[in-house]
Amino acid sequence: MADLTTDFIGITSPNPFWLASAPPTDKEYNVRRAFDAGWGGVVWKTLGAEGPPIVNVNGPRYGVVYGADRQVLGINNIELITDRPLETNLEEMARVKADYPDRALIASIMVPCEEAAWKAILPRVAETGADGIELNFGCPHGMSERGMGSAVGQVPEYIEMVTRWCKEYYDAPVIVKLTPNITDIRYPARAAKNGGADAVSLINTISSITSVNLDTFSPEPSIDGKGSHGGYCGPAVKPIALNMVAEIARDPETAGLPISGIGGVTTWRDAAEFISLGAGNVQVCTAAMTYGFRIVEEMKRGLSEWMDTQGYTSVSQVVGRAVPNVTDWQYLNLNYVTKARIDQEACIKCGRCYAACEDTSHQAIEIKPGRVFEVIDEECVACNLCVDVCPVEDCITMERLPEGAVDPRTGKVVSDEYANWTMHPNNPMAKAAE
Amino acid sequence: MTRQDAPQIAAGRLPAGEIEQNFSDLHPAYDGHEAAVAADRCYFCYDAPCVTACPTEIDIPLFIRQIATGQPDAAARTIFEQNILGGMCARVCPTETLCEEACVREAAEGKPVEIGRLQRHATDGLMARPEHPFARAAETGKRIAVVGAGPAGLACAHRLAMHGHSVTLYEAREKAGGLNEFGIAAYKTTDDFAARELDWLLGIGGITLECGKALGRDLDLGALREGFDAVFLGIGLGGVNALGIDVGERSGVEDAVRFIAELRQSDDLAALPVGRHVVVIGGGMTAIDAAVQSKLLGAEFVTVAYRREKAKMAASGFEQDLATSKGVQILTNVMPVAIHGNGAVREVELEYTAEVDGRLTGTGETLRLPADQVFRAIGQVLESDLGFELSGGKIAVSGAGRTSVDGVWAGGDCTPGEDLTVVAVAEGRDAAEDIHATLMA
Repeated sequence: MADLTTDFIGITSPNPFWLASAPPTDKEYNVRRAFDAGWGGVVWKTLGAEGPPIVNVNGPRYGVVYGADRQVLGINNIELITDRPLETNLEEMARVKADYPDRALIASIMVPCEEAAWKAILPRVAETGADGIELNFGCPHGMSERGMGSAVGQVPEYIEMVTRWCKEYYDAPVIVKLTPNITDIRYPARAAKNGGADAVSLINTISSITSVNLDTFSPEPSIDGKGSHGGYCGPAVKPIALNMVAEIARDPETAGLPISGIGGVTTWRDAAEFISLGAGNVQVCTAAMTYGFRIVEEMKRGLSEWMDTQGYTSVSQVVGRAVPNVTDWQYLNLNYVTKARIDQEACIKCGRCYAACEDTSHQAIEIKPGRVFEVIDEECVACNLCVDVCPVEDCITMERLPEGAVDPRTGKVVSDEYANWTMHPNNPMAKAAE
Repeated sequence: MTRQDAPQIAAGRLPAGEIEQNFSDLHPAYDGHEAAVAADRCYFCYDAPCVTACPTEIDIPLFIRQIATGQPDAAARTIFEQNILGGMCARVCPTETLCEEACVREAAEGKPVEIGRLQRHATDGLMARPEHPFARAAETGKRIAVVGAGPAGLACAHRLAMHGHSVTLYEAREKAGGLNEFGIAAYKTTDDFAARELDWLLGIGGITLECGKALGRDLDLGALREGFDAVFLGIGLGGVNALGIDVGERSGVEDAVRFIAELRQSDDLAALPVGRHVVVIGGGMTAIDAAVQSKLLGAEFVTVAYRREKAKMAASGFEQDLATSKGVQILTNVMPVAIHGNGAVREVELEYTAEVDGRLTGTGETLRLPADQVFRAIGQVLESDLGFELSGGKIAVSGAGRTSVDGVWAGGDCTPGEDLTVVAVAEGRDAAEDIHATLMA
């Protein structure tokens, strides 16, 4: 069994699976259950400033997008930060941390964008013995209307300013949680780094309406006939999160900045993907909300099993392994020529490849008598759509044409030399060969 | 041991509750979630093989997608546009040899999309609504006689009525429905479904049903041709093939179709007599239906005796498995050579057969099976000789059911082709379209 112990910005935890700041981490009872179930760390539900507690709606807080068989693909929520008194949360955090010294306990914080507010809360958080703090610059609903959450995260200057305050008034590590509701994730990440952040965590939830009730014409979740956009999370957002993590990992200005990966982590594989794209650990919420805390057991065993088969002995060996392979389109090898190949033995003759190619792609699949589907190499641009829609795994594959072969579509001889768009004759910006 | 003094053909062999349980729905209806999960398995194939395999060419991927997207009523309309008896077909179609056999998931994993049950889910829902889903076109003034109120006649009458024609629907029996009402195993069409479907179908309007009117007995084809703009015959097969052996005066030898009809019309199955040892001669759906239902009524030993090998049985593999799962023994490569018994049948003597160069011959070896009830299920034949050109003993047709007699169309079991409800519906519907096109030309 691979050792999953993780050191993330100096905070050690027995495994890289942390629960994200969210409803599952709202209070002592839940967090104790989470730790008992084996979670490596917990980011406590976001604390607000001292004073009258936050008020939540009294109707539904969650909306959902289902896949087949009511499989939860995505959840959005309109729950705000903790609605319990600050003092209560701080006392509970201190107790829990004392009882679980080997687990990571992070305090998530969201207070007004004023230095005094941060200066006031940080020493109190420090007293709990929490391992670090996470600045909630991400929540896109409710609190953002009050100038907090994503309202801060959408302005890089604010991120840098608040991060700086936190580094000044707080000694333990500071993680900045980023909102995906921006156009280019690199700018807020750079701002966090410039402010002195020890790490960024992302993504927070995505502004969303999950569905509209067509009887009442109210967005869901509906509160007395009205709906407000919520924050979307779960498996559906993972591809967006992976890209944003990779963007930060490969940006020269932020390269090396530790990342806590968040967004739809449901299985060990999701976690391994985030980690390979540069995340030092991952945070999970929707999977726990869907299946309960015990789901972490599969994640831990799965990651360990995979690491064993690959010969990795620590999580850190995996961190960022895929980052060098994330590049810009312009650097992709245009001499990599492939063609779709259909395994007739595996084919079940559904014809989805044909419909997809004929109607929406390049008319590169023909039907022969007996519903035999074959690729027309003269037309195949290797778009991969047939592979994607084929219900049978590995029935259609992309096969690379060997060097020297003629691509029947272009009539050109395939070269095994790397050549990208920057060198292509059609590119007016291409540099002349020297 | 069988008690020799026990009545050999008797009612109430099982407690009433057990019989009721035995005859409950073979495939219970899906609930909404089950239907959604089942519907989601459909791949929405290109030029879908299931549609090709359906004699009525229902757009199966479309209706399944309509279920998946939460509109089972719309799905039902998609079904009924092609097959107005889609409710019955959902229950009785041998889907395992039609749409579900063609389903690519059958090839992929041996578990097809459950098209029949999905069709039932959709059609049950829409049929439970008070209104009929189709409206008639404006009255054309044309009058058409449809003879035979079985699946073919009903499908034809409905389509003609939809086009605005006036239909007089004649039925020889006192009750309409044909084999939907009098044939078919009871556990496939529970809760008086055939009668309810008939009422629902007639809800289109423009159809006058006249029962107790048989062609050749009460009706004259010439008079019908005179009195109507067109005639459609869906008269089925009234005759039953003989065993070809001397049964003598012995009681206990019956036609399977008569037994099934009696069972279907029975209000109290516990009062329906059945033998202790039942032997069914034949290898088709009727044989299986008779055998299984005998067993479910409480017959102790039920054997289907078929003269050829198992693979050649007209009953599908699913039906064969159903029978054996209920405890029916299927004996193949045997043919009846004698019936023994004094007054009542006591034994059936069977001779083993072999196929030599495609010809079936007896091997000379025989066995005797105890039998106090023997059902003939070796096929049905066209009863009346109405002067039509015949093909294979049935009314020959060309195109969409045109007979050799001008102005007379035919479809269903009385014409060549597979004797299936769904085939009859397709033939009735297509003949109606042809009649409509002809009359309106």
